[in-house]
Amino acid sequence: MEAEILYIALAAIFGLFMAWGIGANDVANAMATSVGSRALTIKQAILVAAVFEFLGAVLAGGAVTSTIRKGIVDADLLSDTPELLVYGMLASLLAAGTWLLVASRNGWPVSTTHSIVGAIVGFAAVGIGVDAVQWGQVGTIVMSWVVSPLTAGFIAFLIFASVQRLILSQPDPLERARRYVPVYMFLAAFTITLVTILKGLKHVGLEIDLTNSYLLAIAIAFVVAVIGKFAIARIKPDPKAEKKQHFYTVERVFGVLMIVTACSMAFAHGSNDVANAIGPLAAVISVAQSGVIGAQSAVPVWVLVVGGGGIVVGLATYGRHVIATVGEKITQLTPSRGFAAELAAATTIVIASGTGIPISTTHTLVGAVLGVGLARGIEAIDLRVVGRIFVSWAVTIPAGAFLAIVFFFVFRTILP
Amino acid sequence: MLANIFGTSPVQPLEKHCDIAYQCSKQLNDFFAAVVDGDWERAAGCRDRIEALEHEADDLKKEIRLHLPKSLFMPVPREDLLQLLLVQDKMANRAKDVSGLVLGRRMHIPEPIAADFLEFVRRNVDAAKQARKSVRELDELFTSGFRGAEVSLVESLIEELDRIESDTDDRQAALRAGLFRIESGLDPVTVIFLYRVIELTGEIADMAERVGRRLELLLSH
Repeated sequence: MEAEILYIALAAIFGLFMAWGIGANDVANAMATSVGSRALTIKQAILVAAVFEFLGAVLAGGAVTSTIRKGIVDADLLSDTPELLVYGMLASLLAAGTWLLVASRNGWPVSTTHSIVGAIVGFAAVGIGVDAVQWGQVGTIVMSWVVSPLTAGFIAFLIFASVQRLILSQPDPLERARRYVPVYMFLAAFTITLVTILKGLKHVGLEIDLTNSYLLAIAIAFVVAVIGKFAIARIKPDPKAEKKQHFYTVERVFGVLMIVTACSMAFAHGSNDVANAIGPLAAVISVAQSGVIGAQSAVPVWVLVVGGGGIVVGLATYGRHVIATVGEKITQLTPSRGFAAELAAATTIVIASGTGIPISTTHTLVGAVLGVGLARGIEAIDLRVVGRIFVSWAVTIPAGAFLAIVFFFVFRTILP
Repeated sequence: MLANIFGTSPVQPLEKHCDIAYQCSKQLNDFFAAVVDGDWERAAGCRDRIEALEHEADDLKKEIRLHLPKSLFMPVPREDLLQLLLVQDKMANRAKDVSGLVLGRRMHIPEPIAADFLEFVRRNVDAAKQARKSVRELDELFTSGFRGAEVSLVESLIEELDRIESDTDDRQAALRAGLFRIESGLDPVTVIFLYRVIELTGEIADMAERVGRRLELLLSH
């Protein structure tokens, strides 16, 4: 029994550390877009991120957490030696955490998701045996890492091309923006809530039938659009600023829309990335409590709450500085661009979350930004840096795996 | 890390560069007024300002080129932006060349053509000003994605630029004819250089027109 408590305590400490790290570093990429375009102040961004990261983690984080917990390692092989899974999950958390710390110290763009998946695959393949890895599932995950930036890029291209056609290229862009921006708000809120209701809520124990799910999503989206319409109606043109830049007021209208997409982005990020911290924790808890590998039980909600809470603490203690720094550099992404990138990325991520696939938020967002760029929306994108970001995921997987293997053997030797 | 994927945007610096090139050529109005008055001290002052502005444009040009590596992905080809930068810079260069020539040789503008000449200079400066006005729309063009209402606006600005340029052409021809009528009474070397001054000054409007052509190329993408 004492060993079990030790396992849970260690897993909780490592898991909280990971959640803290995600809140401190990762969230910045999701929120900095809104801060950079001045749609939100830092304080508002922190508030939005805290609320929606938490909601995303708790309401829609269950499926990905399940995947991390039991979708990568074949639990059947471990029914006689469940403690191996505990060592492995502890090692994976520590490995991913260590690697992220090293990487962010050196300014390397790495993904939390890639390091944790690499770590789990590493300890399972080397520590237990190549057969212990569910290669089919891992293959799907790796494929999704290629597909998710492409999908987000494609959606972003379509969204931004429609913005250009309907609003920006028209002789009366301000009137057009007032008319169409609530429609985009409706679409954003509708997609996110619908996917969450259909795919996420069952992990919290809520079951809503299909018709009611659609009705609920439409109702929520409608409320969001109406509130948005009122907010937009209050924006008055500023002739002085307008003289310097024609699109000043138009961008302010898009700024209102960006508040909605920022919420969506934070929600999406919470729903996918919380699993990186608490997926292994959930695995350790279920083994430690029952002594067997409970492949059937759902992820306990309190674990999701712990993960969401950890992210919020990371955000509040350290994340605000990172958001401010990153935000200052993203001034090219004005609200009319930023919203398209965020909406495309958030939609892609939430769908992945609903399906239980862990993907990289940052890579998806980079894909979305490139999509806006292809629609001739961004003044200058440095393709060298984009290349470096995508190369980094190839490096992160073996790095996470190697560290996890080392920690796994250490834990197997020293832990009871 | 996400932030680093954004390269330095060349748009604001390009607009700034065109503004400096215009300010530089605008000094020619004062410069030639001083020359016609025979006030060389004032002319030298103007010439100093022209040189300083031309330097400033040069420095900014180098700066912009430095921040436009080949790896940048932009809505318009990098080469076209660099060409635009080059012709903008030439407006400043011509202002420097012509003022240097006139000041160096202490050239007088003959009384019979002086008024027309000053008007000719003013129209060349107008062309540079119109070029600046067109280039100032660059950021709006990037915002609207080079299509629709903004494109028509820039096209009309370029049309006006072309009208000013062809006006300077007419004035240049008239000025030459005027100089031809009086040239027998002037020192031959001076006459040769007066033709040269008229030609160099006229090139400012030519360069301004080429700024318009470069902008048009951007629109056609």
